[in-house]
Amino acid sequence: MLELIVISTLNGVLFGMLLFLMASGLTVIFSMLGVLNFAHASFYMIGAFFGFQLSRWFGFWPALVIAPVLAGALGAAVERYGLRNVHKNGHVAELLFTFGLAFAIEEIVQMIWGKSPVDYRVPASLDFPAFTIFSTNYPAYKMFMLLVSIAIFAALLVGLKKTRIGMIVQAALTHPHMVGHLGHNVGRIFMLVFGFGTALAAVAGVIAGPALVTQSNMAGLLGPILFVVVVVGGLGSLPGAFIASLLIGLLQTFAVSMNGSLASVFGPLGPGHTLLADIWNVTVAQIAPILPYVLLVLILTFRPMGLLGTRET
Amino acid sequence: MSEISAPSLPARSTRSDSVKFYGLWIAVAVALLVLPRIFSSGGALTTFSLIGISIIFALSYNILLGQTGMLSFGHAVYYGLGGFLAVHGMNLIASSKLPIPLPLVPLIGGVAGLIFAMILGWVSTRRSGTAFAMISLGVAELVASSALILRSFFGGEAGITANRTKLFRLFDWSFGPQIQIYYLVAAWTLIAMILMYALTRTPWGRMCNAVRDNPERVQFVGYDPHMIRYIAFCFAGFFAGIAGALSAINFEIANSAYLGAVQSGTVLFAAYIGGVGLFIGPIIGAIFVTYLSLALSDLTSVWQLYFGLIFIAVIMFAPGGIAGLLMKHRPVLRAGMIGTVLRSYLAALVPTAAMLAGLVLAIEIVVHHTVNASDDPNIKAFGMSFNAASPLIWGLAAALIVVGYIVARKTWTYVAHAWDTAMTAAREKGFLA
Repeated sequence: MLELIVISTLNGVLFGMLLFLMASGLTVIFSMLGVLNFAHASFYMIGAFFGFQLSRWFGFWPALVIAPVLAGALGAAVERYGLRNVHKNGHVAELLFTFGLAFAIEEIVQMIWGKSPVDYRVPASLDFPAFTIFSTNYPAYKMFMLLVSIAIFAALLVGLKKTRIGMIVQAALTHPHMVGHLGHNVGRIFMLVFGFGTALAAVAGVIAGPALVTQSNMAGLLGPILFVVVVVGGLGSLPGAFIASLLIGLLQTFAVSMNGSLASVFGPLGPGHTLLADIWNVTVAQIAPILPYVLLVLILTFRPMGLLGTRET
Repeated sequence: MSEISAPSLPARSTRSDSVKFYGLWIAVAVALLVLPRIFSSGGALTTFSLIGISIIFALSYNILLGQTGMLSFGHAVYYGLGGFLAVHGMNLIASSKLPIPLPLVPLIGGVAGLIFAMILGWVSTRRSGTAFAMISLGVAELVASSALILRSFFGGEAGITANRTKLFRLFDWSFGPQIQIYYLVAAWTLIAMILMYALTRTPWGRMCNAVRDNPERVQFVGYDPHMIRYIAFCFAGFFAGIAGALSAINFEIANSAYLGAVQSGTVLFAAYIGGVGLFIGPIIGAIFVTYLSLALSDLTSVWQLYFGLIFIAVIMFAPGGIAGLLMKHRPVLRAGMIGTVLRSYLAALVPTAAMLAGLVLAIEIVVHHTVNASDDPNIKAFGMSFNAASPLIWGLAAALIVVGYIVARKTWTYVAHAWDTAMTAAREKGFLA
């Protein structure tokens, strides 16, 4: 039991930190441009596929650097030549644009790399067990993923709070005109922030690719959960996104490892009707995929602005 | 959505207006009756049935997006649940020999859609805008994932089947042949269209527009925007359920794909490409998207990519959709400037078409090399045959894109110029507010 708890906590924190890598970019973009980037998870997927292709050509470590840079450049181009032109038509048009983009990216990835998963493997230098707890070997690569996520989290925190660039970005979040009058190019700041946010998502893709499955529907699987994170945490709140990421990461990992069902607890009291019997017999592990959405509905019912959100939209 | 104006309706309809109005619906009804006589092949009838279902679905979606300003990513939930309930209803009617004929089954789907919209809508319509979009997506994922867990109701991956011919018969219609299904769908499409159009003319329909444009002001005049959004959501769910039930009747099956994200995305594409600002928009969009998805899938293997690109192009260059684009030309036409504009279009047509042809060629070559690399390089797409391995074709694609773009840019400025002149003329003659 203790073993289960320790391993699940580690995996849950790991998944949560990966979610946060993406949610942080999404949140900063949302706060700044006011648009929820529907294609954010697509950049995560692009990161994974670029990482796969580049690590084939140059090895894993160069890929870890180059893939996010390329994906970030792509993101900046999307902001400059796509979103900025749509901006005059309002937020719904912007949201629809990113939705169409997500659709197109999925098709293009499918066109280039096919529908089946690609063979993206953990690099040999990290392919060993880091430590053994309760007779389970914990892979070093997962520790590496955790360390990268925490390092980026720390860098992000320091970067936003302590550096000059962070100050300008934070000021542009709330007072874009004032920042513009002070001589900063707000348009370029938006473009760079968008590029930076997508690059963060791509980092998550490069490091998650070998551990999870790299295939053309990975964006579609993760995208909705990402939005749950952002809504549960409170739209535009970075600390909220952090808490919600960890919460959902832990919730899902723990649920997957549990096999109990109503039937196993109450046993013979089961109902006769078939539909109710379905509910009665379903295990916690089976409902793990819908738990984030249940959480979403609960949060919206009892605290519509999200955990740490301040604004009602 | 402020750029989308409300459908311009006269405050008080005159007699000639009402003749026009009823005449239009009668014309539509006659057209629906005559259509299968002109195109009588089985494939055409199936296409028409699908288009009819798609029109109801797209119009129901437009109650949310176009009229009330709610961007939903999960409208297929009500479509799918309507379909499932209709299939279960058909099985129940057949097994217990209830005297309910098939034409009434869509009502079961409609009521199912309404009930689920009433349950799920209360939470999601509390907020509008981006938050609503996210919530609708979350709710849709919740229902779609549950469908795979509750196997006895949703039938797992395989779905639930029914036999539409086993129901209580009225006037000896068996509903076996597609032509009878076509008439069933056509009748429901007409009824649903008229009902939904009538809804836009009620005071409540006008309040929906007000909520879309300025919810704070609506609150200030004493209405509750949440309540108006909620009622709109329920109506949309009802009509989506009817569409889902018709689809279930047409295919005699309902499976989890009915509820999925692809279905929600398709209806969004249809409504938006057609144009959400006008009632006719989603109808045009439903016809266009259904026809395109059937026709393009025969022509090329990556038709969904073209689909996505068309959608992006519409968002970027024609936010009013096809209907909005056509409506924009009305003042130009009335000002007698349509000739100038059309001439500029003709000039832009050739280089733009060349550029697009180059893009299509490039996409098809890349598809050949990545997906079917081992196949014969002589491929066929859009009726053209070419050798995807030859450098000549690569060069041609590149040349078409580059040269086409350079020339097309010049003609686009010409189009913009002609448009400006025409608009100025229209404004001077008072055809443009």
